Amino acid sequence: MKQPETNGRRVFLSKLLGGGVAAAGALMGLRAPALAKVLEGPDEGFDPGEHDYVFVVDIQKCIGCGNCVRACGIENNVPEGQFRTWIERYVVTHEGVHVDSPEGGMNGFEAIDPALREQAINAFFVPKLCNHCAEAPCVQVCPVGATFTSPEGFVLVDPEHCIGCGYCIQACPYGVRFMNKERRVADKCTWCYHRIRRGQQPACVTVCPTGSRSFGDTRDENDPVAQILKDDQWDVLKPGMHTQCQVLYVGLPRVVV
Amino acid sequence: MLPNESLVNFIFPNNAHIDWSLMIVIYPYITGLVAGAFVVSSLYHVFRIREFEGIARFALVAAFCFGLFAAVPLLVHLAQPQRAFNIFFTTHLTSAMSVFGYVYSSYMVLLMVELWLTYRDYFIERAKETSGLQRVVWTALTLGVTEYTPESARIDYRLTTFLAAIGIPWACVLHGYVGFIFGSVKANAWWATPLQPIIFLMSAIVSGMAMLCLMYSFVRWRTGRPYDYAMIRKLMTFLWGFVIIDFTIEVLEVFYVYYEHGHHWSLIGPLLSGPLYNSFVITQMLILSAIPFLVLAVVVIRAIDRKPLLYLANFASLLLVLQVLVMRFNVVIGGQNISKSDRGFATFHFEILAKEGVLPALIILAAPFVVYYILSRFIPIFDDDERLTAR
Ligand code: SF4
Ligand code: SF4
Repeated sequence: MKQPETNGRRVFLSKLLGGGVAAAGALMGLRAPALAKVLEGPDEGFDPGEHDYVFVVDIQKCIGCGNCVRACGIENNVPEGQFRTWIERYVVTHEGVHVDSPEGGMNGFEAIDPALREQAINAFFVPKLCNHCAEAPCVQVCPVGATFTSPEGFVLVDPEHCIGCGYCIQACPYGVRFMNKERRVADKCTWCYHRIRRGQQPACVTVCPTGSRSFGDTRDENDPVAQILKDDQWDVLKPGMHTQCQVLYVGLPRVVV
Repeated sequence: MLPNESLVNFIFPNNAHIDWSLMIVIYPYITGLVAGAFVVSSLYHVFRIREFEGIARFALVAAFCFGLFAAVPLLVHLAQPQRAFNIFFTTHLTSAMSVFGYVYSSYMVLLMVELWLTYRDYFIERAKETSGLQRVVWTALTLGVTEYTPESARIDYRLTTFLAAIGIPWACVLHGYVGFIFGSVKANAWWATPLQPIIFLMSAIVSGMAMLCLMYSFVRWRTGRPYDYAMIRKLMTFLWGFVIIDFTIEVLEVFYVYYEHGHHWSLIGPLLSGPLYNSFVITQMLILSAIPFLVLAVVVIRAIDRKPLLYLANFASLLLVLQVLVMRFNVVIGGQNISKSDRGFATFHFEILAKEGVLPALIILAAPFVVYYILSRFIPIFDDDERLTAR
């Protein structure tokens, strides 16, 4: 016997679980104009010391469309099968947690197995990317200093200097790094550093149809991210690692790793 | 069994591939052999264990041969090997790995100086006896010092002792440090333990001693020379001691994590009953540790001698060199089996011919023995035949 309330939640869940695929198709069009702007604009007048950036992910808003993953792949030439950002789908049941991320969620998600759907008590999508940790283990362990923190607090890799030892990949607690198959150096999300320098937003942020991803400067009082910081209603991934993540999650469920 | 209430084996998309593979397995293995062999030579030079007099020089040569190849697997592993020297030029001191170049090369220098001091009277002798091109080579090896007086012998002796003495902490640094590279990675539940440097060091000494026993017996057998049973007994006594320490710490480490039942156990429990069950629990612990431990106990306590001693010592040593190799595998690969997702395990696949495959690994592992063979053609490594036959 089902409670009406539960039914309501079920409907919401079904939309969430199956919805990504449809949304993905509908939003393909959004990507092109955003990316067209990428190579425009000089970065003069950009003062690295003047900013404190954070990236905010609102779990409740993500619909798993995968737009961001595709946009990132195009913007940053990410090799197939490797990911600077990806989307996970969580389905929580009383028996345990079901997580998947087919192709990093690049093409959205297929509708979930009906049996699992029956058991679901909660379900949601979680976008992942480099946390640009203020106390970054990857920076600490790089034997040659090829991974470094920029004056604006971006954690970056110098591809001309990296020796490809892979120590940083081991040290990152969040699994966001990979050895780029094509360039044979360590690689990961840069928060689209090249775009930020030109006053643009990261590619993934510009294509997110629901505003689940946002990026901003906490020193700018009018920036929405400054408010989120003020509200103090955010979490970070694996807080026990004490890396001081600068990707803040709003509405992060307990089960997320 | 999957960790953290996972219903499916979920690994992070970037964790599907195991980045540190066989090259990183044999890198600490060879480094360990260097440290272990060196310790044996120092046991004679510094601690005056006189049974090891006959193998002190041999141990030094062996350490040198392994040392020559300790960095090779690392180099092969690098995705940009041509930039390897960045590690010297732009050393990044917060990195546990960054000073490896310095530690390793200074250690090799120490080894070479000690070897040179040990052999320089022989070089001088050869330079005087030979002619032509040979003479040029031998003279070059004397580094221009062609006089060898009783006074120089005394100085050399003191210097050698001194180098052997500072060589011990240095060997410990070299290898404990390799353990630190793993032990300090907090992101990896299977690596992150302050015991890691000691575990690496103890297993290094075990592998080095066991390898010396195997090499010694093989060389003696091939050249038809007598065996120094007293030495083998002593070596086995030390080996047994180090096996006990090594085994205890390794078991203690796992037991602690189990008993604490914290976050680490949520990953290591499933790891040990899953991907590492065969290679850690069965192979490393039950077969390759317990059996040699018992055999060595019999050898030491029952005072076994002569041929039975030789056979049992070599049997135990063979299992132990394999044990340490498997241990390196279990640490390096096992740690990466755990996906950072904390909800699944990545699978390791052996490759054969690839750059980091089984074949290149075997070639690198075989190389020190080839160099040893070549060196043994030119320099005398054992000089205790008369002493042994006279006995
Ligand atoms: S998330 Fe990983 S790669 Fe990014 S800064 Fe933190 S440790 Fe480094
Ligand atoms: S792979 Fe490159 S960036 Fe990463 S630790 Fe090694 S040298 Fe540094």
